[in-house]
Amino acid sequence: MAKMTMVQALNLALHQEMEKDDAILVLGEDVAVDGGVFRVTEGLLEKYGELRVIDTPLAESAIIGTAVGMAIHGLKPVCEIQFSGFSYLAFHQLESHAARMRWRSRGAYHVPLVLRTPYGGGVRALEHHSESRESYYAHTPGLKMVIPSSPRNARALLVSAMRDPDPVVFFEPKSIYRAFREEVPDEEEALPIGSAQVVREGNDLTLISYGAMMQPTLTAADRLAEEDGIQADVIDLLSISPLDEETCVNSVRKTGRVVIVNEAPRSFGPAAEVMARLIEKSFWYLEAPIRRVTGYDVIIPLFAYEQAYLPDAQRILRVARETLDVVS
Amino acid sequence: MPRTTIDLPYQVEHISILDEDGNLDHDLEPDLSEEFLLRLHRYMLLGRRFDERMLKLQRQGRIGTFAPIQGQEASQLGSVAALRDSDWMAPAFRESAAQLWRGQSMESFLLYYGGYFRGGEIPEGIRNLPVAIPVGTQILHAVGLGYAIKVHGQDDVAMVFFGDGATSEGDFHEAVNNAGVFKTPTIFVCQNNQYAISIPRSHQTQAKTLAQKALAYGVPGIQTDGNDILAVYVAAIEAVERARAGEGPTLIENVTYRLSVHTTADDPTRYRDEEEVAVWEKREPISRFQRYLKDKGMLTDNAITALEDEIKDEIAEAVDKAEERMETLKDEAITMFDHLYAERPAYLEEQRQAFAAHWEKA
Ligand SMILES: Cc1ncc(C[n+]2csc(CCOP(=O)(O)OP(=O)(O)O)c2C)c(N)n1
Repeated sequence: MAKMTMVQALNLALHQEMEKDDAILVLGEDVAVDGGVFRVTEGLLEKYGELRVIDTPLAESAIIGTAVGMAIHGLKPVCEIQFSGFSYLAFHQLESHAARMRWRSRGAYHVPLVLRTPYGGGVRALEHHSESRESYYAHTPGLKMVIPSSPRNARALLVSAMRDPDPVVFFEPKSIYRAFREEVPDEEEALPIGSAQVVREGNDLTLISYGAMMQPTLTAADRLAEEDGIQADVIDLLSISPLDEETCVNSVRKTGRVVIVNEAPRSFGPAAEVMARLIEKSFWYLEAPIRRVTGYDVIIPLFAYEQAYLPDAQRILRVARETLDVVS
Repeated sequence: MPRTTIDLPYQVEHISILDEDGNLDHDLEPDLSEEFLLRLHRYMLLGRRFDERMLKLQRQGRIGTFAPIQGQEASQLGSVAALRDSDWMAPAFRESAAQLWRGQSMESFLLYYGGYFRGGEIPEGIRNLPVAIPVGTQILHAVGLGYAIKVHGQDDVAMVFFGDGATSEGDFHEAVNNAGVFKTPTIFVCQNNQYAISIPRSHQTQAKTLAQKALAYGVPGIQTDGNDILAVYVAAIEAVERARAGEGPTLIENVTYRLSVHTTADDPTRYRDEEEVAVWEKREPISRFQRYLKDKGMLTDNAITALEDEIKDEIAEAVDKAEERMETLKDEAITMFDHLYAERPAYLEEQRQAFAAHWEKA
């Protein structure tokens, strides 16, 4: 056990899986000599050599397109796209090929690639470095979409992503890359993709979130307990697709009230999908309208105003209280 | 049948007029007025000093991340100096000297890198595109601008900047190819500063030059000593004149060096050594141009000192103004709802009002 940041925990996952599985290789811009601009791939080049740890030319489409070929022929490429805002330059390779190869070849070929990329706001960055557009990928049949929220679950989910037989898009919440440390066990640990976790239990209200937004969501839950005597069930989705509907539905059947939090723009975002599933499966249990706290439907502002854009504990708390005030 | 060699229409030339030791090729020296040369010099110095000031402001937390230009002043200014106001210019994200020459204010840079999108405002009548951060993506826009210029029957040109790394992106190839097919008045300026973050030019492509990439698309490509402002200018003006005359696009590779960090978030000691930087420090563009101007009797040490003082004051004033402006803009987060569409849709107006109601309480 060691206390690690998320960057260190992700690095540990890469080291341990590469050690065990020769088919895994890492490719991307600045991942080898520089160790990745956030240092997630630090030390891999020295240990596994340039055949398996590849500094690519500057071309995202080439990274993913090449990885598709590698994956078809028995390798397990872990691609780093430097920021999620640049993953769109590779979008057609993901959508048109990575996501469809198994389907198109009627199961003859499959594409076990991982696309790792930092996403989200709160780090005072330039344009294109702060957005949260997981919906693009979650919306694409054939892709899995995973977003961890802490060092330990980041490590365990990345391990699963590398072992998954299908393409996994793995968004890393960069604002908490180094924000806090957590005990991470030395021995390998894997969390199933497609399973949410109930990280706090209560009967009064359900709060659902994921990624960097787990921090303000948990703060809001703490304050509800302290200030209002309200106990919330808090669910960390961990996978956006496949979505763990069962965990969400079970909780809402118990509490009857739910607030969903995502950093992404509001319209057509993950919260909207969770709402739809809850309406389908737990409508008769609801005691108040389902509410969501999200980013606005605007381009996330440059950093002077980004905190005004990002959902925070205060906003979550306000909406949670409004939900609790509804008399059914 | 014997195998034959296909005769290709272009070769790649390299231009150097004023070398790092101050040697001048008199035959190639362009005939430029004293006023124009001094103006170039002024902007080189302004570009350098403003950059240094921004680096300090960033380190003090007064602005955010930005991409320094140190060492690339000649490559930028020699290029834009060949444009006139009605021409278009599309920067990447490391062209502050070029943008200053093209009429953008220092204050706007400080606002932009201070985290205020107001800094992205394009002043009335200036034909610069905003900064484009996704590498290489803006290159195609210069083809479209060039096409529109043709449709409008004008003889303007569109000049676009990008780095060596950008030449690996598909958009670069699509742009040069389309410009060749459409014969657009587009000048592609590649600032080969030897690095794309940590990736050296030699790892970016096996091609010997970047200029030769144009040849595959039937477009002329030329390489310059990008730290020699005279060579850069000559390549640019020739390309501009060809484009104005309806003879189509050119790719120019300015061979230069990024003397500073990639951005303020980068640590270059991880991927390059001091000796290499020292070699390029000696080739740096400003001192060699100053020597040239002194030899021509256009510049003295006293004049340089006076100019340095003047620039220092100008920068200080811009910083003061920008910081005052930031203070007044601080509480205008609601402007995040502006400029998304010509008309704000109802759902967005609703979000804006909810924001206003909540934000006041916070
Ligand atoms: C499409 C895209 N991918 C990655 C990045 C991250 N990034 C920013 S600058 C840069 C290197 C650019 O190198 P080059 O084109 O040579 O220009 P330079 O920065 O050296 O001026 C990278 C990889 C980006 N901004 N856009």
